Amino acid sequence: MRIVIKNGRLIDPASGTDDRLDVVLSGGRVEAIDRNIKGSAEDEVIDAEGSLVLPGLVDMHVHFREPGREDVETILGGSMVAAKSGFTSVCTMPNTTPVIDNQALVRFIIMEAAKGPINVFPSANITKGGKGEEISEMGELIKGGAVAFTDDGRPVMSSITMRRALEYSRMFGAPILSHAEDKSLADDGLMNEGLNSIRLGLKGIPREAEEVMIARDILLARLTKGKIHFCHVSSEGSVEIIRRGKNDKINVTCETAPHYFSLTDDEVEELMSMAKMNPPLRTESDRKGIIEGLRDGTIDVIATDHAPHSPNEKMQEIEYAPFGIIGLETSVPLIITELVRKNNFSYIQAFAKVTCNPAGILNLDRGVLKSGGHADVTIVNPERKIKVDEQFLLSKCKNTPFTGRELYGSIEYTICNGKIVYRRG
Amino acid sequence: MNALNRKDLLDIKSLSPEEILLICDTAKYFKDVFTRDVKTVPVLRGKTVCTLFYEPSTRTRLSFELAAKMLSANTINVPVTTSSVVKGESLIDTVRTLEAMKADYIVMRHAASLAPHFLSKNIDGSVINGGDGYHAHPTQALLDTYSIIEKRGTLKGLHIGIIGDIKHSRVARSDLLVFKKLGAKVTLCGPSTLLPDEFEQYGVDMTYDFDELLPDLDVVNMLRIQRERQQGSLFPSIREYNLLYCLTEERFAKCRSDVIIMHPGPMNRGIEIDDAIADHPNSIINEQVTNGVAVRMAVFYLLAGGTPFKDEENQEA
Repeated sequence: MRIVIKNGRLIDPASGTDDRLDVVLSGGRVEAIDRNIKGSAEDEVIDAEGSLVLPGLVDMHVHFREPGREDVETILGGSMVAAKSGFTSVCTMPNTTPVIDNQALVRFIIMEAAKGPINVFPSANITKGGKGEEISEMGELIKGGAVAFTDDGRPVMSSITMRRALEYSRMFGAPILSHAEDKSLADDGLMNEGLNSIRLGLKGIPREAEEVMIARDILLARLTKGKIHFCHVSSEGSVEIIRRGKNDKINVTCETAPHYFSLTDDEVEELMSMAKMNPPLRTESDRKGIIEGLRDGTIDVIATDHAPHSPNEKMQEIEYAPFGIIGLETSVPLIITELVRKNNFSYIQAFAKVTCNPAGILNLDRGVLKSGGHADVTIVNPERKIKVDEQFLLSKCKNTPFTGRELYGSIEYTICNGKIVYRRG
Repeated sequence: MNALNRKDLLDIKSLSPEEILLICDTAKYFKDVFTRDVKTVPVLRGKTVCTLFYEPSTRTRLSFELAAKMLSANTINVPVTTSSVVKGESLIDTVRTLEAMKADYIVMRHAASLAPHFLSKNIDGSVINGGDGYHAHPTQALLDTYSIIEKRGTLKGLHIGIIGDIKHSRVARSDLLVFKKLGAKVTLCGPSTLLPDEFEQYGVDMTYDFDELLPDLDVVNMLRIQRERQQGSLFPSIREYNLLYCLTEERFAKCRSDVIIMHPGPMNRGIEIDDAIADHPNSIINEQVTNGVAVRMAVFYLLAGGTPFKDEENQEA
C-alpha cells in the first residue's frame, strides 16, 4: 500500500528544500515528491495541512540500557519511545553491561532492534571493556554493523590510546565519538563549577575538564587525520575551540543536547537530581554560546543523550543520584520552542541538526527526503502545544527536568521504512 | 515578628533578619530556663524528636537531643553511617519509616549537600538541618549570632573574620549569610585553594593575609581544618598551614583587647588555634556550646508554633 502525504510544508535540509510539496511512499522507498499528487482510493492519504513534513529524524546519542539494565529500558521499549518522538534512526551508546566491544553484542542489538519500529545503529566501544587501554577489534565490529566508536560515559584518558584509535578507525571511515572529560580535573564533581556550586556547597566540575579534552582530541585528529566527533558539548569555550579546529580544516564535528540550549545551572537548586547530567548544565553565557554555535554551524548535531534512570535511582540525595536525563520526547518540542521560536532559527537550519548532519557523520543513507530514498518521514505540527507530564511521557523512566513545561511542536506521524510507526492519538 | 511560620529550618538563606532576631530573643529566654535548677518546660510534651545523623557528630547531636529533652519531647537517636546509606535503605525510605512511627521533628545531619532540602520536599514532617555537606549549618550560625549578640548587643557595624577552609565549610557559608543579614562586615580569610573567588557573590571581603586582617577584627571565628584536605594538594602541609593561619599567641597580641575568639568545634589545638588562645578569657568557645542548646530549644519552640515571650528583659538586639 502506498502512503500519500498531502498539503504539508516539506523541509529537507540536505537539499535546502522548504516548499509545499506532496510525498508518495511505496515499498519502503520514496516514490515521488511533487506538487498536488493525487492519491488513488487504495492509498493511505495523510493530510499534513499546517504541519512540517521532515525526513525521519536521527538521534545519534541514546542509551537504551540493554543488555544489562532491562528493568530501566530496553532496545524495543526505547525504539517505541523514539518512534513516538519522531525519530526513525538512533545510534545507541555501548556503555551497557556488558559493554559493546565484540561483534556478537553488536549483532544482538541489531537483532533486538529488528523487532522494533525504527532503525537502530549501534556504536561500539573504542577500547576493550571500555577500559581506555587497548583498542577494540574495530574491523570486526564494523562488519557486525557498528557505525561509530565511543567509550561514552568514560573518556579515553590515555592520549596514546586515543591517538591509535583515531589512526586505526580512519581506514573504516567511522567516527570516534569522544566523551570529552578530563576525569582528574572533574574530580568527582556533580554540577557546573561556579557561583551556584559554591553557593550550594556541591562539588563543581569546571568547564575546563571538558575543554582540555576537546583541545587534546582536536590536536590528535590533526596528527592522525582521524575523524573526531564530540558528544554533548556544553560550554561556550568548547564551541570556540571546535570553531577554531574547523577553521583549521581539521576533521571535527560535534553535537549538543537540547538541555544545554534550554537550561542553566540555576535550575539545580530546585530540580536537584533531575538537573544532574554529565557534562553538567552550565551558565547563561554558555547557553548562549551553544545557541551561537548551532547558528553558525560549529555545532553540527543535536542529540539527546537520552539516559533513562529508575525513579529509585533518581529519588536520592543529588550527590548519590546518577547522571543523566531522558531526552527523546522533549527533543523536537525544545528545538521548535527554543531555537525556532525564541532564537529565529529557520526550520532548515534547526532540523539539519537532527537529519542529514548526524546521518552524514555516521555514514547513513538516512536523514534525507528524496525520490528513491528510504521512506522515513516525520510529520510535526509546530503550532500545536504539548505538556510534559506523566500522561505525555511514554518512556518508562520519567527523569526529565522539563516536567510541567508546555512546549510547541507535536509529532503527528512517524513513518519508518514506509510503515506508520506512530500516529498521534 | 510573632512566630516562625514554617515547617522546616533548612538554611539561613530563607530566614529574614526579623526571624533571626526572634530566634535569638527566644534563645535568651531558654538560656535562663536551662541554667536554672529545674531545667524542663513542657513545650514539646508528647512530641517525638528524631535525630538522624549520617555523619559523625558529638556536640551537635547531643545539643539537639538535650534541647528536645528539656522541652519534654521524646527523643530517639538513629545512628547511621554513610556506608549503610550506600548499601542499604534510601534516605526517603528511612525517613518514611520514622514518620510511620510518628516522629514530629527530624533533625538530620548529612554529608550530601541539599539532602535536607530534598527530604523536606518529599515528607510531611518537620525537617531541621543539623548540617548538610558543605552547604549549610543554620543552627550553628544562629548560635554564633546569639553568642555575639550576648556580648555586644548587636552585630551592626562589627567586623567579623572567618578564617580557614572556607570552601569546604558549611559553617562559613551559613555564618557569612547571617552576619551579613544583621549588618556586620565580614572578611573571609584562608589559603587561595580554600577560598574560591566565587565567594565574592556574597558581598564579603576576602584576603589571604591573616596578619594584616587581625588588628581590624571585632570577632575572630576560626574554622577547623580537615587534615585530609592536604592529600588533595589543597595546601602543602599542616606545618605550612599552621605557619600562615594558626591563631597563635603572637598573632593574638595584634588583636584588639576586646576581641571575641570563636570556634565551632571540634578544635585541632595547635593546628588552627593555640591552647593558650582557645582557653583565653576572650575566647567564648565553651559558651558557644551552652548557647547552642538554648538556640536549638528556641528553634524547636518556634517551629512548634510558639510565640515570643513578653519579657521586659528580652530587648531586641
